[in-house]
Amino acid sequence: MDLTKLSALELGREIKNGQVSAVDAVKEQLAVIKDRDAKYQCFISVEAEKALAEAETVQKKIEQGEYKNSPIAGVPIAVKDNICVKDMYATCASKMLYNFKPGYHAAVIEKLKEAGAIIIGKTNMDEFAMGSTTETSYFGETKNPWDIERVPGGSSGGSAAAVAAEETPIALGSDTGGSIRQPSAFCGVTGIKPTYGTVSRFGLIAYASSLDQIGPIGRNVSDCAALLEVIAGHDIKDSTSVPDLDKNYMLALVDDVKGMRIGIPSGYIGEGLDPEIRGAVTKAGKVLAEKGAIVETFDLDMADYAVPAYYVIASAEASSNLSRYDGVKYGYRTKEFTNLAEVYKKTRNEGFGQEVKRRMMIGAFVLSSGYYDAYYIKALQVKALIKKAFDEAFKKYDFILGPTAPTTALKSGNNLENPLKMYLGDIYTVSVNLAGLPAISLPYGIDSKGLPIGLQLIGDAFKEKTIIRGAYALEQTRPAIRPAL
Amino acid sequence: MKSYETVIGLEVHCELDTKSKIFCGCTTQFGGEPNTHVCPVCSGMPGTLPVLNKQVVNYALKAGLALNCDITRYCKFDRKNYFYPDLPKAYQISQLYLPICHNGYVEIETESGRKQIGIHEIHMEEDAGKLIHDEWEDCTIVDYNRCGVPLIEIVSEPDMRSAEEVIAYLEKLKLILQYLGVSDCKMQEGSLRADINLSVREVGSDILGTRTEMKNMNSFKAIARAIEGERKRQIELLEEGKTIIQETRRWDDNKDTSFGMRSKEDAQDYRYFPDPDLPPISISEAWIKQVKNEQPELRDEKMTRYMKEFEIPEYDAAIITGSKVMADIFELTADLCKKPKEVSNWLMVETMRLLKVHDMEAEEIHFSGNNLAKLIGLVDKGTINRTVAKKVFEVIFTEDIDPERYVEENGLKMEADDGQLRTVIENVLAENEKSVQDFKAGKTKAMGFLVGQTMKTMKGKADPGMVNRLLTEMLS
Repeated sequence: MDLTKLSALELGREIKNGQVSAVDAVKEQLAVIKDRDAKYQCFISVEAEKALAEAETVQKKIEQGEYKNSPIAGVPIAVKDNICVKDMYATCASKMLYNFKPGYHAAVIEKLKEAGAIIIGKTNMDEFAMGSTTETSYFGETKNPWDIERVPGGSSGGSAAAVAAEETPIALGSDTGGSIRQPSAFCGVTGIKPTYGTVSRFGLIAYASSLDQIGPIGRNVSDCAALLEVIAGHDIKDSTSVPDLDKNYMLALVDDVKGMRIGIPSGYIGEGLDPEIRGAVTKAGKVLAEKGAIVETFDLDMADYAVPAYYVIASAEASSNLSRYDGVKYGYRTKEFTNLAEVYKKTRNEGFGQEVKRRMMIGAFVLSSGYYDAYYIKALQVKALIKKAFDEAFKKYDFILGPTAPTTALKSGNNLENPLKMYLGDIYTVSVNLAGLPAISLPYGIDSKGLPIGLQLIGDAFKEKTIIRGAYALEQTRPAIRPAL
Repeated sequence: MKSYETVIGLEVHCELDTKSKIFCGCTTQFGGEPNTHVCPVCSGMPGTLPVLNKQVVNYALKAGLALNCDITRYCKFDRKNYFYPDLPKAYQISQLYLPICHNGYVEIETESGRKQIGIHEIHMEEDAGKLIHDEWEDCTIVDYNRCGVPLIEIVSEPDMRSAEEVIAYLEKLKLILQYLGVSDCKMQEGSLRADINLSVREVGSDILGTRTEMKNMNSFKAIARAIEGERKRQIELLEEGKTIIQETRRWDDNKDTSFGMRSKEDAQDYRYFPDPDLPPISISEAWIKQVKNEQPELRDEKMTRYMKEFEIPEYDAAIITGSKVMADIFELTADLCKKPKEVSNWLMVETMRLLKVHDMEAEEIHFSGNNLAKLIGLVDKGTINRTVAKKVFEVIFTEDIDPERYVEENGLKMEADDGQLRTVIENVLAENEKSVQDFKAGKTKAMGFLVGQTMKTMKGKADPGMVNRLLTEMLS
């Protein structure tokens, strides 16, 4: 049995049944990483020793009858490098935090530990989660396992590529403007961006606090639902996390969309979208209709303003969130300085990459006196209008269907030269973050270049179950796709 | 010279006396070893999040209601962004757009009568850490213990016209905050800090002059001196035909002068925006009502009650209630010994005297009402006389000892046995024949000497009344 080809739930079942030990699962996984990661560069750090020690502990506990309710006990998991795991590096793929090891676990890590999952390493990403290609990482680019000439997407590119390359069955990513969904689409895997407030942000190194959410990436909808069930829930350490969630997401894994009302925004399948992706969306609509759903197109207002509003709000928050990296307490500090101002200026100039600097400059600008009302307040108004437009849509529809990204995986190399073009690639994802909604990206076919196409299902707030159900039903109608590794 | 009017508004920072910090569970205690009262949250480590301590909101509400403010029913926290090593997140969580309280006032009383000082707003915020410059090593060290200690900033309207009014306002604020139990208001520990906004204008003008902001005064006296100094400086500039620059100045109390720190031109843009990590706070009618119901008796009410309930003169009531510590001791002691007038005497006479001797403020009193009550009981039962009691009180004042045990251990009990006293007096009379003769010759002063000699032999432990009686009897 090739353990690394199994889904997380399959592997979890084998371990629970005693067919496979957690130690063997981790060993095989580490062997695959050793074999492939030089090629794909999904990981910033692989924690082989810690993972093996943890696997032994977990295996013993499983034998003593613990983790009865966890479907992922003993299953390896990769964690994006902006999520704090005690005593492991958390670099955010930045020179600024190249040596930073937090002394605390993120809330999601505590939950993974309670469920007996084994953290095998920290994955590559765009620096501080700013980017859509994983090319802004200080530690080098991750390659798309479908075509190493192409980017895996971003910012959770390392996590999505690791799942696609079978270097891990499941991974955690974070999504601020599409950072779970877009790389999932580019790498042919499934990812969920939960409703804002569903998963605790404690221990997630902030990019834009009002938009950031941690979410699962897996090889199928079931794995994602299972992992989301583990990590979701109220946390007293995060005041924006929501109490009293209905989080039995796995109950929504049913192949039944009969009577569901599904809307496809006409703007989402119009100009700017790759025709092959449009074809996949249309096909998915038809398939759902055949299964008894009511599918129609509609106008979703404000969609055009989502990208500029997103970049104003996210950059504003980022400029404040990233100010703490000043070389005083931890992380990178410039080597030579004569006074305090120089410590700040040189440290930040040398420690941050171009894209991070660009967004901090934008953010500082839109918050400065005289511009605050014209940009930041205006963007908040757009955000409120977008939320309203979605609210209207969800009066009519159970979920919204569309593409995840306008193209399939991009060639690597010159994406960073035209940031504006890159920002426009977020057109279908950012409005979901602005409205705080849940969305799932799942692979749906392969284009003529042999690259996976991603579909996006957007749900109303806290209706993760609805999109999981829709995605699960769609998943049953298409063959599983895997890259040639 | 033209005649000028001084216009003053105050920004008062007051550290709240909550057990834990505003956004984490660390203690707020003053004076711990550097960097021992810190956690990943208050030291701003990556990935950590603030969680609001509800007690801070309660305390801010208490202060706001006591200062006659309107309560902002939907208030928010904002981030104030600036770089400094004592601010580990590089932003301070504060309130700019929707402060919790606004539009209040306090009434002050000065020689020229009563006056209302407007309160523009009260907002909640976190304190920053402290930089300590090590002259020896020539380096600066950061202590984050104070990071995240809750503060309220009380911003007054520019309603004050003199140092006297400012001091009256501060005294009043301090008493209110202490009575509410929301802050100990110790200026020397930095739990009460005031920045002074001051401008001058010609009498009769209703246009405000250019103001300066003065920082770094750590006593009321320094504040009075700083106001006087700045008023003079501004008037001199105007008289010389110069203009006043809007700037922040630092008062140096040792040099009795202030220095410009930064002008408006290089003032920082703090890029305030709502903190996305903290949801807005909705303050319900019920919450406000609950805080109102739990408000303690404040100074003015207490004073009136003392006069009525305990029949204490206004002057005494004012002094006792002039310090929360003293008022607390008074009430506890009076409750224990049921002799409020006696307690009031001990506070008004001996306590005030000792405060002067030790150069202490009333807030620094640290003896317990329990021990004062016991002392009053000892005098009452005739176990010790007043002279001894005063001596014992001095020890209570400095060391808060148990007077019953102290009197016992030091053998200070009064000798009530008049047989022993008679023998002593007989001896005294025998040894001082001259005085006896003098007395009999009509020199009454001699009596005092004989009483003194008897008390001396008795080592002060005799009841002076009884000594007098026996002497008179035995001399006649």
